[in-house]
Amino acid sequence: MTSAPAQAAASAPAAPSGALRQATALTAGLAVWGLAYWRLASAADWLTTSLLGLSPSKPLGAAVAFFLYEVPKVLLLLTLVVFGVGIVRSFFNPERTRRVLAGRRESVGSVLAALLGVVTPFCSCSAVPLFIGFVTTGVPLGVTFSFLVSAPMVNEVALALLFALFGWEVAVLYAGTGLAIAIGAGLVIGRLRLEGWVEPWVYEVKPAGEGLPEESPRRTDRITAGREAVREIVAKVWPYVVAGIAVGAAVHGYVPRDFMASFMGREAWWSVPLAVLIGIPLYSNAAGIVPVVHALLGKGAALGTVLAFMMAVIGLSLPETVILRKVLTPRLIAVFVGVVGAGILFVGYVFNLVL
Amino acid sequence: MEIKVLGPGCANCKRLYQEAERAVTQSGVAATLTKVESMEEIASYGILRTPGLVIDGKLVASGRIPLTPEIVTMITTAAVKASA
Repeated sequence: MTSAPAQAAASAPAAPSGALRQATALTAGLAVWGLAYWRLASAADWLTTSLLGLSPSKPLGAAVAFFLYEVPKVLLLLTLVVFGVGIVRSFFNPERTRRVLAGRRESVGSVLAALLGVVTPFCSCSAVPLFIGFVTTGVPLGVTFSFLVSAPMVNEVALALLFALFGWEVAVLYAGTGLAIAIGAGLVIGRLRLEGWVEPWVYEVKPAGEGLPEESPRRTDRITAGREAVREIVAKVWPYVVAGIAVGAAVHGYVPRDFMASFMGREAWWSVPLAVLIGIPLYSNAAGIVPVVHALLGKGAALGTVLAFMMAVIGLSLPETVILRKVLTPRLIAVFVGVVGAGILFVGYVFNLVL
Repeated sequence: MEIKVLGPGCANCKRLYQEAERAVTQSGVAATLTKVESMEEIASYGILRTPGLVIDGKLVASGRIPLTPEIVTMITTAAVKASA
Protein backbone atom coordinates (compact mmCIF):
# COMPACT_ATOMS: atom_id res chain seq x y z
CA MET A 1 0.00 0.00 0.00
CA THR A 2 2.30 2.71 -1.20
CA SER A 3 -0.31 5.42 -0.97
CA ALA A 4 -1.09 4.79 2.70
CA PRO A 5 1.08 7.60 4.11
CA ALA A 6 -0.43 9.99 1.62
CA GLN A 7 -3.96 9.09 2.69
CA ALA A 8 -3.06 9.35 6.35
CA ALA A 9 -1.64 12.79 5.81
CA ALA A 10 -4.67 13.90 3.84
CA SER A 11 -7.10 12.84 6.55
CA ALA A 12 -5.01 14.29 9.37
CA PRO A 13 -7.11 16.60 11.58
CA ALA A 14 -4.67 19.50 11.23
CA ALA A 15 -5.87 22.38 9.07
CA PRO A 16 -4.91 21.42 5.54
CA SER A 17 -2.57 24.31 4.78
CA GLY A 18 -1.19 24.76 1.28
CA ALA A 19 2.20 23.44 2.32
CA LEU A 20 0.74 20.28 3.84
CA ARG A 21 -1.44 19.58 0.84
CA GLN A 22 1.57 20.05 -1.38
CA ALA A 23 3.73 17.73 0.69
CA THR A 24 0.97 15.12 0.52
CA ALA A 25 0.67 15.40 -3.20
CA LEU A 26 4.43 15.20 -3.54
CA THR A 27 4.66 12.04 -1.43
CA ALA A 28 1.81 10.42 -3.31
CA GLY A 29 3.35 11.37 -6.63
CA LEU A 30 6.74 9.93 -5.71
CA ALA A 31 5.10 6.73 -4.48
CA VAL A 32 3.20 6.27 -7.73
CA TRP A 33 6.38 7.02 -9.63
CA GLY A 34 8.36 4.42 -7.69
CA LEU A 35 5.70 1.77 -8.15
CA ALA A 36 5.44 2.40 -11.89
CA TYR A 37 9.20 2.34 -12.34
CA TRP A 38 9.56 -0.83 -10.31
CA ARG A 39 6.90 -2.78 -12.27
CA LEU A 40 7.92 -1.50 -15.67
CA ALA A 41 10.06 -4.36 -16.96
CA SER A 42 7.54 -7.07 -16.13
CA ALA A 43 4.64 -5.02 -17.51
CA ALA A 44 6.43 -4.46 -20.84
CA ASP A 45 7.35 -8.12 -20.96
CA TRP A 46 3.80 -9.23 -20.28
CA LEU A 47 2.40 -6.87 -22.91
CA THR A 48 4.80 -8.12 -25.57
CA THR A 49 4.66 -11.86 -24.98
CA SER A 50 1.29 -12.60 -23.40
CA LEU A 51 -0.95 -9.90 -24.79
CA LEU A 52 0.54 -9.39 -28.26
CA GLY A 53 1.92 -12.91 -28.52
CA LEU A 54 5.28 -11.81 -29.91
CA SER A 55 8.54 -13.59 -29.36
CA PRO A 56 11.32 -11.38 -27.98
CA SER A 57 13.89 -13.31 -29.98
CA LYS A 58 12.32 -12.32 -33.34
CA PRO A 59 13.02 -8.86 -34.83
CA LEU A 60 9.44 -7.58 -34.42
CA GLY A 61 9.15 -8.88 -30.87
CA ALA A 62 12.51 -7.40 -29.95
CA ALA A 63 11.55 -4.01 -31.40
CA VAL A 64 8.14 -3.93 -29.68
CA ALA A 65 9.52 -5.08 -26.33
CA PHE A 66 12.23 -2.44 -26.58
CA PHE A 67 9.70 0.29 -27.39
CA LEU A 68 7.22 -0.68 -24.67
CA TYR A 69 9.91 -0.78 -22.05
CA GLU A 70 12.00 2.23 -23.02
CA VAL A 71 9.25 4.81 -23.69
CA PRO A 72 7.71 4.73 -20.20
CA LYS A 73 11.09 4.29 -18.56
CA VAL A 74 12.61 7.31 -20.28
CA LEU A 75 9.51 9.44 -19.71
CA LEU A 76 9.41 8.51 -16.03
CA LEU A 77 13.06 9.36 -15.49
CA LEU A 78 12.73 12.51 -17.53
CA THR A 79 9.78 13.67 -15.42
CA LEU A 80 11.64 13.07 -12.17
CA VAL A 81 14.85 14.77 -13.33
CA VAL A 82 13.04 17.77 -14.83
CA PHE A 83 11.07 18.16 -11.61
CA GLY A 84 14.24 18.06 -9.51
CA VAL A 85 16.10 20.44 -11.79
CA GLY A 86 13.08 22.77 -11.83
CA ILE A 87 13.40 23.04 -8.05
CA VAL A 88 17.17 23.55 -8.22
CA ARG A 89 16.73 26.22 -10.88
CA SER A 90 14.36 28.21 -8.69
CA PHE A 91 17.44 29.07 -6.61
CA PHE A 92 19.12 30.66 -9.62
CA ASN A 93 18.35 33.35 -12.14
CA PRO A 94 20.36 35.12 -14.83
CA GLU A 95 20.50 38.36 -12.83
CA ARG A 96 22.16 36.67 -9.90
CA THR A 97 24.46 34.69 -12.18
CA ARG A 98 25.54 37.91 -13.82
CA ARG A 99 26.37 39.43 -10.46
CA VAL A 100 28.53 36.43 -9.62
CA LEU A 101 30.37 36.63 -12.93
CA ALA A 102 30.82 40.38 -13.34
CA GLY A 103 34.42 41.49 -13.04
CA ARG A 104 35.78 37.97 -12.55
CA ARG A 105 39.16 36.96 -13.90
CA GLU A 106 38.84 34.87 -17.02
CA SER A 107 40.11 31.65 -15.43
CA VAL A 108 37.83 31.49 -12.40
CA GLY A 109 35.05 33.20 -14.33
CA SER A 110 34.97 30.59 -17.11
CA VAL A 111 34.72 27.72 -14.66
CA LEU A 112 31.96 29.44 -12.69
CA ALA A 113 30.12 30.42 -15.86
CA ALA A 114 30.15 26.88 -17.22
CA LEU A 115 28.81 25.52 -13.93
CA LEU A 116 26.17 28.23 -13.59
CA GLY A 117 25.16 27.60 -17.20
CA VAL A 118 23.86 24.19 -16.13
CA VAL A 119 21.60 25.44 -13.34
CA THR A 120 20.55 28.92 -14.47
CA PRO A 121 17.22 28.95 -16.30
CA PHE A 122 18.02 29.72 -19.91
CA CYS A 123 16.22 29.60 -23.22
CA SER A 124 18.07 30.14 -26.47
CA CYS A 125 15.44 32.75 -27.41
CA SER A 126 16.91 34.92 -24.64
CA ALA A 127 20.50 34.40 -25.79
CA VAL A 128 20.83 37.88 -27.30
CA PRO A 129 19.52 40.02 -24.42
CA LEU A 130 21.52 37.84 -22.06
CA PHE A 131 24.69 38.29 -24.10
CA ILE A 132 24.25 42.06 -24.18
CA GLY A 133 23.31 42.21 -20.51
CA PHE A 134 26.43 40.24 -19.60
CA VAL A 135 29.09 41.95 -21.71
CA THR A 136 27.87 45.50 -21.05
CA THR A 137 27.98 45.10 -17.27
CA GLY A 138 31.48 43.78 -16.85
CA VAL A 139 31.24 40.04 -17.50
CA PRO A 140 34.29 39.26 -19.71
CA LEU A 141 33.57 38.04 -23.24
CA GLY A 142 35.22 34.65 -22.73
CA VAL A 143 33.28 34.08 -19.52
CA THR A 144 30.04 34.95 -21.32
CA PHE A 145 30.85 32.35 -23.97
CA SER A 146 31.51 29.69 -21.36
CA PHE A 147 27.98 30.29 -20.13
CA LEU A 148 26.48 30.27 -23.63
CA VAL A 149 28.18 26.97 -24.51
CA SER A 150 27.38 25.08 -21.35
CA ALA A 151 23.77 26.27 -20.94
CA PRO A 152 22.33 24.46 -23.98
CA MET A 153 24.83 21.58 -24.14
CA VAL A 154 24.75 20.35 -20.55
CA ASN A 155 21.01 20.49 -19.94
CA GLU A 156 18.75 18.39 -17.78
CA VAL A 157 16.91 16.72 -20.66
CA ALA A 158 20.17 15.48 -22.18
CA LEU A 159 21.45 14.26 -18.84
CA ALA A 160 18.18 12.55 -17.92
CA LEU A 161 18.08 10.71 -21.24
CA LEU A 162 21.71 9.68 -21.11
CA PHE A 163 21.16 8.43 -17.60
CA ALA A 164 18.01 6.53 -18.59
CA LEU A 165 19.47 4.87 -21.67
CA PHE A 166 23.21 4.60 -21.03
CA GLY A 167 23.58 4.65 -17.26
CA TRP A 168 25.06 7.20 -14.93
CA GLU A 169 28.67 6.72 -16.07
CA VAL A 170 27.96 8.06 -19.54
CA ALA A 171 25.79 10.87 -18.16
CA VAL A 172 28.60 11.98 -15.86
CA LEU A 173 31.12 11.65 -18.68
CA TYR A 174 28.97 13.79 -20.92
CA ALA A 175 28.45 16.45 -18.26
CA GLY A 176 32.15 16.53 -17.43
CA THR A 177 33.37 16.81 -21.00
CA GLY A 178 30.62 19.28 -21.89
CA LEU A 179 31.74 21.52 -19.02
CA ALA A 180 35.36 21.12 -20.07
CA ILE A 181 34.53 22.24 -23.61
CA ALA A 182 32.59 25.25 -22.31
CA ILE A 183 35.44 26.27 -20.00
CA GLY A 184 38.07 25.70 -22.69
CA ALA A 185 36.13 27.66 -25.31
CA GLY A 186 35.70 30.56 -22.88
CA LEU A 187 39.40 30.60 -22.01
CA VAL A 188 40.48 30.52 -25.66
CA ILE A 189 38.04 33.23 -26.77
CA GLY A 190 38.98 35.34 -23.74
CA ARG A 191 42.69 34.96 -24.45
CA LEU A 192 42.25 35.95 -28.10
CA ARG A 193 40.83 39.35 -27.04
CA LEU A 194 38.03 39.35 -29.57
CA GLU A 195 35.92 42.11 -28.01
CA GLY A 196 36.42 44.08 -31.23
CA TRP A 197 34.60 41.35 -33.17
CA VAL A 198 31.37 41.83 -31.29
CA GLU A 199 28.92 43.93 -33.30
CA PRO A 200 29.83 47.51 -32.36
CA TRP A 201 26.31 48.58 -31.34
CA VAL A 202 26.31 46.07 -28.49
CA TYR A 203 28.75 48.05 -26.37
CA GLU A 204 26.79 51.23 -27.02
CA VAL A 205 23.67 49.85 -25.34
CA LYS A 206 23.16 51.61 -22.05
CA PRO A 207 21.00 49.33 -19.96
CA ALA A 208 18.45 51.46 -18.15
CA GLY A 209 18.69 49.69 -14.85
CA GLU A 210 19.53 46.60 -12.92
CA GLY A 211 16.43 44.83 -14.16
CA LEU A 212 13.87 43.95 -11.53
CA PRO A 213 14.33 43.70 -7.78
CA GLU A 214 14.52 40.06 -6.79
CA GLU A 215 11.97 38.30 -4.72
CA SER A 216 13.00 35.14 -3.01
CA PRO A 217 10.46 32.36 -3.57
CA ARG A 218 8.97 30.40 -0.68
CA ARG A 219 9.35 26.64 -0.39
CA THR A 220 5.89 25.95 -1.79
CA ASP A 221 6.73 28.15 -4.77
CA ARG A 222 9.79 26.04 -5.46
CA ILE A 223 7.77 22.86 -5.64
CA THR A 224 5.37 24.67 -7.93
CA ALA A 225 8.39 25.67 -10.02
CA GLY A 226 9.33 22.00 -10.33
CA ARG A 227 5.80 21.12 -11.41
CA GLU A 228 5.75 23.97 -13.91
CA ALA A 229 9.05 22.76 -15.35
CA VAL A 230 7.61 19.28 -15.81
CA ARG A 231 4.49 20.65 -17.46
CA GLU A 232 6.41 22.90 -19.77
CA ILE A 233 9.39 20.73 -20.71
CA VAL A 234 7.94 17.24 -20.68
CA ALA A 235 4.91 18.41 -22.65
CA LYS A 236 7.22 19.84 -25.30
CA VAL A 237 9.67 17.00 -25.42
CA TRP A 238 7.68 13.77 -25.15
CA PRO A 239 6.81 13.45 -28.87
CA TYR A 240 10.54 13.56 -29.64
CA VAL A 241 11.20 10.89 -27.06
CA VAL A 242 8.54 8.61 -28.52
CA ALA A 243 9.69 9.23 -32.10
CA GLY A 244 13.35 8.79 -31.16
CA ILE A 245 12.68 5.53 -29.36
CA ALA A 246 10.50 4.28 -32.23
CA VAL A 247 13.41 4.81 -34.62
CA GLY A 248 15.71 3.30 -32.03
CA ALA A 249 13.41 0.28 -31.68
CA ALA A 250 13.41 -0.32 -35.42
CA VAL A 251 17.20 -0.14 -35.48
CA HIS A 252 17.30 -2.40 -32.47
CA GLY A 253 15.13 -5.08 -34.05
CA TYR A 254 16.09 -4.94 -37.72
CA VAL A 255 19.57 -3.50 -38.26
CA PRO A 256 22.18 -6.26 -38.16
CA ARG A 257 24.66 -6.23 -35.32
CA ASP A 258 27.95 -4.49 -36.20
CA PHE A 259 26.30 -2.73 -39.12
CA MET A 260 27.43 0.66 -37.79
CA ALA A 261 30.93 -0.55 -36.97
CA SER A 262 32.26 0.06 -40.46
CA PHE A 263 31.45 3.77 -40.58
CA MET A 264 30.86 4.88 -37.01
CA GLY A 265 33.24 2.44 -35.39
CA ARG A 266 36.49 3.15 -33.68
CA GLU A 267 38.68 2.17 -36.64
CA ALA A 268 37.24 4.76 -39.00
CA TRP A 269 39.28 7.85 -38.05
CA TRP A 270 37.12 10.18 -40.12
CA SER A 271 33.94 9.17 -38.37
CA VAL A 272 34.30 11.76 -35.58
CA PRO A 273 34.67 14.85 -37.82
CA LEU A 274 31.94 13.50 -40.08
CA ALA A 275 29.61 13.04 -37.10
CA VAL A 276 30.29 16.65 -36.00
CA LEU A 277 29.76 18.03 -39.51
CA ILE A 278 26.47 16.19 -39.86
CA GLY A 279 25.45 17.18 -36.35
CA ILE A 280 25.82 20.97 -36.62
CA PRO A 281 23.04 21.72 -39.13
CA LEU A 282 20.76 19.04 -37.67
CA TYR A 283 18.39 20.52 -35.21
CA SER A 284 16.85 18.34 -32.62
CA ASN A 285 16.67 18.57 -28.92
CA ALA A 286 18.40 15.97 -26.83
CA ALA A 287 15.12 14.12 -26.44
CA GLY A 288 15.01 13.02 -30.05
CA ILE A 289 18.67 12.38 -30.57
CA VAL A 290 19.69 10.32 -27.54
CA PRO A 291 17.47 7.28 -28.25
CA VAL A 292 18.74 7.12 -31.84
CA VAL A 293 22.31 7.44 -30.67
CA HIS A 294 21.65 4.68 -28.16
CA ALA A 295 20.47 2.33 -30.89
CA LEU A 296 23.49 3.14 -33.09
CA LEU A 297 25.81 2.36 -30.21
CA GLY A 298 24.19 -1.04 -29.85
CA LYS A 299 25.06 -1.78 -33.47
CA GLY A 300 28.76 -1.15 -33.24
CA ALA A 301 29.14 2.64 -33.36
CA ALA A 302 31.86 3.94 -31.05
CA LEU A 303 30.91 5.87 -27.90
CA GLY A 304 33.22 8.81 -28.66
CA THR A 305 31.72 9.21 -32.12
CA VAL A 306 28.13 9.19 -30.95
CA LEU A 307 28.85 11.55 -28.06
CA ALA A 308 30.54 13.96 -30.47
CA PHE A 309 27.52 13.70 -32.75
CA MET A 310 25.16 14.46 -29.91
CA MET A 311 27.18 17.41 -28.66
CA ALA A 312 27.30 18.87 -32.15
CA VAL A 313 23.54 18.51 -32.56
CA ILE A 314 22.52 20.15 -29.30
CA GLY A 315 25.55 22.28 -28.43
CA LEU A 316 26.38 23.84 -31.78
CA SER A 317 23.00 24.19 -33.36
CA LEU A 318 22.51 26.30 -36.42
CA PRO A 319 19.44 28.15 -35.05
CA GLU A 320 21.43 29.36 -32.06
CA THR A 321 24.30 30.64 -34.18
CA VAL A 322 21.76 32.43 -36.37
CA ILE A 323 20.31 34.10 -33.27
CA LEU A 324 23.78 35.07 -32.04
CA ARG A 325 24.66 36.53 -35.43
CA LYS A 326 22.73 39.63 -34.32
CA VAL A 327 25.43 40.46 -31.78
CA LEU A 328 28.51 38.73 -33.20
CA THR A 329 30.34 39.49 -36.41
CA PRO A 330 30.70 36.56 -38.84
CA ARG A 331 34.38 36.29 -37.88
CA LEU A 332 33.52 35.83 -34.22
CA ILE A 333 30.80 33.31 -35.11
CA ALA A 334 33.41 31.37 -37.07
CA VAL A 335 35.81 31.41 -34.11
CA PHE A 336 33.02 30.31 -31.77
CA VAL A 337 31.96 27.39 -33.97
CA GLY A 338 35.60 26.50 -34.65
CA VAL A 339 36.66 26.47 -31.02
CA VAL A 340 33.63 24.55 -29.75
CA GLY A 341 33.81 22.17 -32.73
CA ALA A 342 37.47 21.48 -32.01
CA GLY A 343 36.61 20.73 -28.41
CA ILE A 344 33.93 18.28 -29.48
CA LEU A 345 36.32 16.56 -31.90
CA PHE A 346 38.88 16.23 -29.14
CA VAL A 347 36.31 14.66 -26.82
CA GLY A 348 35.22 12.24 -29.53
CA TYR A 349 38.74 11.06 -30.24
CA VAL A 350 39.71 10.78 -26.60
CA PHE A 351 36.75 8.54 -25.84
CA ASN A 352 37.33 6.38 -28.87
CA LEU A 353 40.94 5.93 -27.80
CA VAL A 354 40.40 5.37 -24.11
CA LEU A 355 37.22 3.30 -23.99
CA MET B 1 -0.42 55.20 -20.81
CA GLU B 2 2.16 53.35 -22.82
CA ILE B 3 2.61 49.60 -22.53
CA LYS B 4 5.35 47.68 -24.32
CA VAL B 5 5.92 43.97 -24.75
CA LEU B 6 9.60 43.26 -25.27
CA GLY B 7 10.41 40.18 -27.29
CA PRO B 8 11.83 39.19 -30.65
CA GLY B 9 8.81 37.07 -31.56
CA CYS B 10 9.19 33.87 -29.60
CA ALA B 11 6.15 31.89 -28.47
CA ASN B 12 6.26 33.30 -24.93
CA CYS B 13 6.41 36.86 -26.25
CA LYS B 14 3.27 36.29 -28.29
CA ARG B 15 1.48 34.84 -25.28
CA LEU B 16 2.44 37.80 -23.15
CA TYR B 17 1.18 40.17 -25.82
CA GLN B 18 -2.22 38.44 -25.79
CA GLU B 19 -2.42 38.63 -22.01
CA ALA B 20 -1.50 42.32 -22.10
CA GLU B 21 -4.08 42.98 -24.80
CA ARG B 22 -6.82 41.42 -22.67
CA ALA B 23 -5.60 43.31 -19.59
CA VAL B 24 -5.80 46.65 -21.37
CA THR B 25 -9.40 45.97 -22.40
CA GLN B 26 -10.39 44.78 -18.93
CA SER B 27 -8.73 47.64 -17.08
CA GLY B 28 -10.57 50.25 -19.13
CA VAL B 29 -7.49 52.49 -19.03
CA ALA B 30 -6.65 54.35 -22.20
CA ALA B 31 -3.37 52.73 -23.18
CA THR B 32 -1.38 52.05 -26.30
CA LEU B 33 0.11 48.60 -26.53
CA THR B 34 3.17 48.05 -28.71
CA LYS B 35 5.44 45.15 -29.54
CA VAL B 36 9.15 45.89 -29.33
CA GLU B 37 11.15 43.52 -31.49
CA SER B 38 14.36 45.45 -32.00
CA MET B 39 17.19 43.94 -29.99
CA GLU B 40 18.78 47.35 -29.34
CA GLU B 41 15.65 48.62 -27.66
CA ILE B 42 14.96 45.38 -25.79
CA ALA B 43 18.49 45.35 -24.42
CA SER B 44 18.25 48.99 -23.39
CA TYR B 45 15.78 48.01 -20.66
CA GLY B 46 18.48 45.87 -19.10
CA ILE B 47 16.55 42.60 -19.24
CA LEU B 48 18.34 39.26 -19.43
CA ARG B 49 15.30 37.17 -20.24
CA THR B 50 12.51 37.70 -22.70
CA PRO B 51 9.65 38.39 -22.70
CA GLY B 52 9.60 41.70 -20.87
CA LEU B 53 6.72 44.00 -19.96
CA VAL B 54 7.18 47.76 -19.69
CA ILE B 55 4.56 50.20 -18.41
CA ASP B 56 5.25 53.92 -18.89
CA GLY B 57 8.94 53.32 -19.39
CA LYS B 58 9.26 51.15 -16.30
CA LEU B 59 10.12 47.46 -16.49
CA VAL B 60 7.54 45.49 -14.50
CA ALA B 61 8.21 41.88 -15.50
CA SER B 62 10.83 39.88 -17.35
CA GLY B 63 11.43 36.23 -18.11
CA ARG B 64 7.89 35.19 -17.23
CA ILE B 65 4.35 35.59 -18.46
CA PRO B 66 2.19 37.48 -15.97
CA LEU B 67 -1.46 36.59 -16.56
CA THR B 68 -4.24 39.04 -17.39
CA PRO B 69 -5.39 39.77 -13.78
CA GLU B 70 -1.83 40.53 -12.68
CA ILE B 71 -1.28 42.87 -15.62
CA VAL B 72 -4.60 44.60 -14.85
CA THR B 73 -3.30 45.28 -11.32
CA MET B 74 -0.03 46.59 -12.74
CA ILE B 75 -1.91 48.90 -15.10
CA THR B 76 -4.23 50.29 -12.42
CA THR B 77 -1.32 50.82 -10.03
CA ALA B 78 0.55 52.73 -12.71
CA ALA B 79 -2.58 54.76 -13.51
CA VAL B 80 -3.04 55.73 -9.86
CA LYS B 81 0.63 56.73 -9.64
CA ALA B 82 0.39 58.76 -12.84
CA SER B 83 -2.63 60.75 -11.61
CA ALA B 84 -1.20 61.36 -8.14
